[in-house]
Amino acid sequence: MSTQVAQSGAQAVARREGSPWTGLWAVVYKELADHLTGIRMQILETLMLLTAVGTVYAATQSIRQTIGEDPFLFLRLFTTAREPLPSFVGFLGFLIPLTAIALGFDAINGEYSRRTLSRVLSQPIYRDALILGKFLAGLATLAITLVALWVVVTGMGLFVLGLPPGGEEVARGLLFLVATLAYAGIWMGLSMLFSAIFRQPATSAMTAIAVWLLFAVFWDMLAALISQALRPTQYGGVAEELAQARLQLLLARFSPNTLYAETVIALLNPAVRSLGPVLITQLEGAVLGTPLPLGQSLLIVWPQFTALVAVVILLFAATYVLFQRQEVRA
Amino acid sequence: MSVAVETVGLTKRYGDLVAVQELNLRLNTGEVFGMLGPNGSGKTTTILMLLGLTEPTAGTARVLGWDPTRQPLQVKRRVGYLPDSVGFYDELTAWENLRYTAALNGLPSTEANRRIGEVLERMGLQDVAHRKVGTFSRGMKQRLGLADVLLKQPQVAILDEPTLGLDPEAALEFLALIRSLKRDGLTVLLASHLLHQVQSVCDRVGLFHRGRMVLEGTVDELRERVLGGAYRIHVQARGAEVERALREVPGVVRVTRTDGDTYRVEARVDCRAEIARRVVASGELLALSVDRPGLDEVYARYFQQLEAESGGAA
Ligand SMILES: Nc1ncnc2c1ncn2[C@@H]1O[C@H](COP(=O)(O)OP(=O)(O)OP(=O)(O)O)[C@@H](O)[C@H]1O
Ligand SMILES: [Mg+2]
Repeated sequence: MSTQVAQSGAQAVARREGSPWTGLWAVVYKELADHLTGIRMQILETLMLLTAVGTVYAATQSIRQTIGEDPFLFLRLFTTAREPLPSFVGFLGFLIPLTAIALGFDAINGEYSRRTLSRVLSQPIYRDALILGKFLAGLATLAITLVALWVVVTGMGLFVLGLPPGGEEVARGLLFLVATLAYAGIWMGLSMLFSAIFRQPATSAMTAIAVWLLFAVFWDMLAALISQALRPTQYGGVAEELAQARLQLLLARFSPNTLYAETVIALLNPAVRSLGPVLITQLEGAVLGTPLPLGQSLLIVWPQFTALVAVVILLFAATYVLFQRQEVRA
Repeated sequence: MSVAVETVGLTKRYGDLVAVQELNLRLNTGEVFGMLGPNGSGKTTTILMLLGLTEPTAGTARVLGWDPTRQPLQVKRRVGYLPDSVGFYDELTAWENLRYTAALNGLPSTEANRRIGEVLERMGLQDVAHRKVGTFSRGMKQRLGLADVLLKQPQVAILDEPTLGLDPEAALEFLALIRSLKRDGLTVLLASHLLHQVQSVCDRVGLFHRGRMVLEGTVDELRERVLGGAYRIHVQARGAEVERALREVPGVVRVTRTDGDTYRVEARVDCRAEIARRVVASGELLALSVDRPGLDEVYARYFQQLEAESGGAA
């Protein structure tokens, strides 16, 4: 049944003439300009900038004391927390999903409610260009924001600590940026999917935020509860506890937040040698050991990283298919 | 005469509901064709199929020789569409909105700016070009919609309910703009349920009812075919012989006595002079006037007749 549908869909695509990407850049430019000049994004970007300055400044104050002891001091700027502030990555893990959701929640239903969709689609473009253009513009906005933040952090490292980052630190920082982009892509993809499912922008925004809350707040508790129920520690043996911990980790990894946190830990903390049950919560102040070379750290996070990217692609594909099948009229 | 739009057996079903049924439509280049019919009669659905925005269930369409299902880009490059209740990005200015349309059409920047200036001026919007569309009135938005249509310099303009929500004066102005499109050589297809409003701009009309085009022709032809006469003459006269005299006037199809000494005469031609002569000869003429029944009446009468026929058959 589903293969039949897919086949007829493929035929329909094959029969169409002209590139599906005609007009793609026009859409990208328009959406990008909207995002960058829109008040919604400006507020969120200001917020992120302030957080970056605040948390990184606090981090520099803590780091001052350990200068000279740590070969990866620059990376500490991202991960060091100083009471009562969380670390920069801690804040980012919170603000990035919100920003990404704000970028996507009215992507499609907004065009319906403004009654612009039929006018836009009556121009010589396919729907493919419209949906991909919106997606790319969202990603580009996130990328621009993240690069700006990264520059701020690096600049503060330079000026406050007089600390030039080493080559490997720059590489790790950039990889962290890419991983963050993928993580943000998930939340944007999700909110765009909801914008195709729900007719009201308010509904799609609330639903996306609900899903985010589920993963940010409740998922770890759920994972713990379920693993305790399924793998109870009756005799208190190490094997039992390990089995329970393994199950909990497996469940936790269904959350993009876990995947992202693991990726970030390994990338920003060269000392991390494995992402086992012991290390998951150690985003800050991980065990000091001999640092791994960048290639090894990358190998550790490769599954997590590819999973993040795969989820982004999956969410986009779902949005794409759904949008292709929708009537132009609301 | 070349054909701009042609459909053969075009059909669209939504589940059990047949939105458009076996439509055979033919628009000649340069004519204004009106698709008229009540809500839900399938006008918008037809338009969406002509633009390749909805796939037909059966049948084929050709727009300027292109197949909208397989070659939508070719069609949409040459056809401008004004949707019913057209919308714009409220937070952008009129100019910026048109810039987006120009970009989607792949117009180079200088050409785009030139054309935008032109169409805004033509629609009388040059003074508000840099105001946010959110502040526009319904009439201004509608004119901006027409500017948006003209921006790509289309060969065919498809306008869905172009006068809906406009006050009578704005509607007349808008109809004049539509007439000016015809002068430019555009083929215009317009859909509306406001029969009396649009009949004046249409060269030909098709009357839609539940997804079918039940009548098609010039307004005069339809009047003639459905009402028998295209003229309706009101006569007020005294005299016993007046009614018989009226019936004998050449061209008269039907005479009904409405009350006392007034008569309604339906005629194929404007035969007021002859009526006056004969009434004066047989009685006393008090008043004489003519009106031409609108499409509303044609439409209403057509369905009365249809019902009467099916009632008689049953
Ligand atoms: N997506 C859809 N799913 C199911 N039925 C639909 C859909 N779109 C339209 N219809 C039905 O198709 C029929 C024709 O609708 P259409 O919009 O073409 O009429 P219309 O002549 O344009 O009416 P109006 O004057 O109200 O604009 C209606 O009965 C409508 O309910
Ligand atoms: Mg309609």
